Amino acid sequence: MSLYYVQKLLYQLNRDPAVRKQYGEDLEALLASYELTEEEQRALREPDIGLLYVMGVNGQLLMHFAALRGYEWDAYLEAMRQGEARYGPVRAGLYKRAHDTGRRQ
Amino acid sequence: MSLVFAGVCSHAPGITGRAERANPALRDGFYASLERLRQALEAARPQALVIIAAEHFANFFMNNMPSLCVGMAESYEGPIEDEEWLRIRRTRVPGAPELAQTLITEMMKDVDLAYSQEWKFDHGIMVPLHFLTPRYDLPVIPVNINCQGPPLIPLARCWAFGRALRRACDLVPERVAVIATGGISHWPATPDSGKINEAWDRAFLAKFLENRRAELIAYTDEETHRDAGQGGFEIRTFIALAGCTEGSRGELWFYAPIPIFAVGCTVAVIPIQAPHAT
Repeated sequence: MSLYYVQKLLYQLNRDPAVRKQYGEDLEALLASYELTEEEQRALREPDIGLLYVMGVNGQLLMHFAALRGYEWDAYLEAMRQGEARYGPVRAGLYKRAHDTGRRQ
Repeated sequence: MSLVFAGVCSHAPGITGRAERANPALRDGFYASLERLRQALEAARPQALVIIAAEHFANFFMNNMPSLCVGMAESYEGPIEDEEWLRIRRTRVPGAPELAQTLITEMMKDVDLAYSQEWKFDHGIMVPLHFLTPRYDLPVIPVNINCQGPPLIPLARCWAFGRALRRACDLVPERVAVIATGGISHWPATPDSGKINEAWDRAFLAKFLENRRAELIAYTDEETHRDAGQGGFEIRTFIALAGCTEGSRGELWFYAPIPIFAVGCTVAVIPIQAPHAT
């Protein structure tokens, strides 16, 4: 579990055009420069927005990554919902505790 | 005294980025209140704007996270987000480095601060500036309170920061305005985006507008997370402003939940009274 580095990659991707360039041109080298599990690499590569959400990635990072990969707003929200349905509750981070609260439909 | 204006407003990216999807009557009422806030700010003739914000991993990350950071740069670029996504053009906002250094130096006598001479604005500052200083011609001193990555600064320390900011502002000859910007209850960027606890928001706003320190700093993060979502941690920006305007009652100009903006949209001002005794 290296949620910290998943989020750090997304943080740097969101703020640094040079990292975005590398993401587009040499994704494998970029992934290799962070300490990531195979599952995390896959989630970032595909991308699997739902799995990244379930892993515990903060939405303030994830929504920009989703937008970068072409997700419209509603598609982004739906991808997180599908992630929960497929992979189960959020595993770590700020959203882990939130599952007993009411959910807006 | 040189604190000449104090107000709060929301900053959610949907306010600009998803504007056409909101209820038009609510949206336009909110925009009208922001315009009223702009006019009031301008009428106060500030020479600099301190904006107390809660950024979202644009500059500060868990590799070296300051609880409180004040900008001391010549200028700031923003938004960091995609311009089309936020629908705000990237621009350069002037800073006020000398005034910032004076304020920081003074505030450090009371509170521990980080400072930064390199800072990119995200929607948390750009959305308020888009409405309040649309020509980006008022020098800005950004303040960030970490509301994103726990452990978070205790609420009483946010109040103390606001108090220190007020004392520092009242020592300088420049006319300084302060705008705090944060959400109240909200669950932004999650599957619960659009959920808003209006009763919780109104109870919080009542305490804020009446400057009830003991009640404002009594919220625990556990309660806030449960009742107001992780976005509720941004009440820290309101509480800092309450500390900055200690003893003054505020006026609520607008509050309405606008779900597609993912927050209870808020505009309020706190008329400036005589400096508090320290």
